[in-house]
Amino acid sequence: MRTLMYMLTALAVIGLAFWAYRENYKTQAALDELQTLQRQIGQSHARLNMLRAEWAYLNRPDRLRELADINFDRLGLLPLRADQFGRVDEVAFPPPAPLPITDPVEVMNRGQSGETDP
Amino acid sequence: MIRTPLRPLARVLEARAKGENPDAIERENIRLRHEQMQDRARSRAESRLLVLGLCFLCAYIVIGARMGFVASTEPMEPRAQAPGAQIAAQRADIVDRKGRILATNFETHALYAQPQQMIDREGAAEKLAEIFPDLDRERLLGQFTGSRKFVWVKRKISPEQKQAVHDLGEPGLLFGPREMRLYPNGRLAAHVLGGASFGKEGVSAAEVIGVAGVEKQFDQFLRDPGNGGKPLQLSLDLTIQAAAERVLRGGMRLLNAKGATSILMDVHTGEVISVVSLPDFDPNDRPRPPTEGEPADSPLFNRAVQGVYELGSTFKIFAAAQAVDLGLVTPDTIIDASGPMRIGGFPIGEFRQKNYGKMSVADVIVHSSNRGTGRMALEIGGERQKAFLEHLGMLDPTPFEIVEAAGGQPLYPDRWGELSTVTISYGHGISTTPMHLAAGYAAIANGGHYVSPTILRQTGPQYGPRVLSPRAADAASRMLRKVVTDGTASFARMPSYALGGKTGTADKPRPRGGGYYDDKVIATFASIFPADDPKYVLIVTLDEPAETSGDRPRRSAGWTAVPVAAEMIGRIAPLLGLRPQVEPLAPTGITLTSN
Repeated sequence: MRTLMYMLTALAVIGLAFWAYRENYKTQAALDELQTLQRQIGQSHARLNMLRAEWAYLNRPDRLRELADINFDRLGLLPLRADQFGRVDEVAFPPPAPLPITDPVEVMNRGQSGETDP
Repeated sequence: MIRTPLRPLARVLEARAKGENPDAIERENIRLRHEQMQDRARSRAESRLLVLGLCFLCAYIVIGARMGFVASTEPMEPRAQAPGAQIAAQRADIVDRKGRILATNFETHALYAQPQQMIDREGAAEKLAEIFPDLDRERLLGQFTGSRKFVWVKRKISPEQKQAVHDLGEPGLLFGPREMRLYPNGRLAAHVLGGASFGKEGVSAAEVIGVAGVEKQFDQFLRDPGNGGKPLQLSLDLTIQAAAERVLRGGMRLLNAKGATSILMDVHTGEVISVVSLPDFDPNDRPRPPTEGEPADSPLFNRAVQGVYELGSTFKIFAAAQAVDLGLVTPDTIIDASGPMRIGGFPIGEFRQKNYGKMSVADVIVHSSNRGTGRMALEIGGERQKAFLEHLGMLDPTPFEIVEAAGGQPLYPDRWGELSTVTISYGHGISTTPMHLAAGYAAIANGGHYVSPTILRQTGPQYGPRVLSPRAADAASRMLRKVVTDGTASFARMPSYALGGKTGTADKPRPRGGGYYDDKVIATFASIFPADDPKYVLIVTLDEPAETSGDRPRRSAGWTAVPVAAEMIGRIAPLLGLRPQVEPLAPTGITLTSN
């Protein structure tokens, strides 16, 4: 009985040691992955910052104004003025869609026997 | 273990036979046994002490080794980090009221050299001078061949330059990462933003510190890593600021002014939506402060908050508003504005030596009569006038949150006598910044509350203490409207937007005393719009303008500042989302956008 106890204990110790060994390596792997991910996040943040700065630089009012001037022929953009305001009731409603034809009656070719529309 | 009996029968019998006391045998045995037990216990205690000592020794060795290891290795970030607690090592961004970037950071590199590791010093110096035309070859060579072990070559280099230096293959040329402050909009809002430069510099990092403007005022906030990268949101609007700068620059050039400033302020929240001071500079490449000449002529000088000027007739409305508030007059009360008028032996004149005779209070403002305003001020009295101007914040620097604002201390006479009362009522003898004037007009426009101008985004009205009754504020607003409809600011009459305002033309004082210039003025137009329910105050001030289309140059604000302000309101009011009050005439210009 006692021998069995000893053996079981020894087996348990071996098992636990093996489990701890594996967990240790898994933790190391997870930490490595975490570090890689964090580095990627950092790089993405830096890139995002760069892109935001570039966006702001490309959208600076001076440049937009110059572009509007250069492309005036095509776009015709002018600064917003008071006379460009309108009222909603000045905008015409879109013309109503024609009623759907559900039951067409042929009138053009009536009487001309033998001829039908394809 | 065999236990020896305490009374062995053989020895007891033997002792009895000899007539000895057998108890002596027992005692002897007990003594021997105790000795044995003592020896055992001692040796066991000794061995335990030894083991314990060994354990302690091991523990000390382990701890000592760990300490030495920790002390001797490079510090490292903890690898297992809980997300959530965001720590931003960067300086925070500055954004406008709609979140558009005004200032951000940019990663770049600094170039330094360690001459003792260099192989070809002459070649390196020559090639560096080729890559960076602003570096001097001889000077670099001197630095590389001297006794120095560390030389900063260039503080900020572009990626292309970095690659070019890299291609030299010189092991003694090294790069350090640098955060650079970038203002993507260039000169826009330069005076508000200020600028930044490097503080303490190391090889692997450098401190970015603000040197002026909000960058300096909010330096602590911007650098605080605990903010987690939260940007500083200003009340400025990028689009409106750009439009205002463009109009003001054009107006300044057309009117031959040497400087100009404009302030657009929300009268309820105190938010400054646009503040322009010309000439300006590029905060990415902030010029050095001038060492000679007038500091006020430098582009670094912020006329809106540092320029302390006599703002002339724009002050008249304060006297009129206070007189109405105190119940001394109503807008229709007739005031004697006839001349001559002498106060303390000093004649009070009118513009172009006019003589208006008797006129109503509203007409005093509309025609900008010095004598009429002066007589109202005498009714009010100097003490009450001073207290009123103090409540309007006219006697202290503005609380505007940029470092330069503290330098805008108004100038006013120590002895506030009768003459001062009269001259101050029409804006002479007191010098304030345009920002003070904006705060004063905001109090009239919002119904009588003082609001302090702020550069930070606000969420709702920020009314300060009441300085005027609603009735007086309303009467003053109506008078300002009349100035535009039939007074000195007729150029501001626009078909689309109704505005009210007051012009002010003040002769510039000569530097170092000696009276006033004849041909140099500060022309100001202070306006509120829309006139029926004012929401914004716009101050436009031109420094030494001259309108030269006529026979002789016209310098009055009605000919200079007013057209610029009217043009500016025509441009920025639509951007502020204000609908024009008169309907557009050409509905045919509207095209169908649906379908």
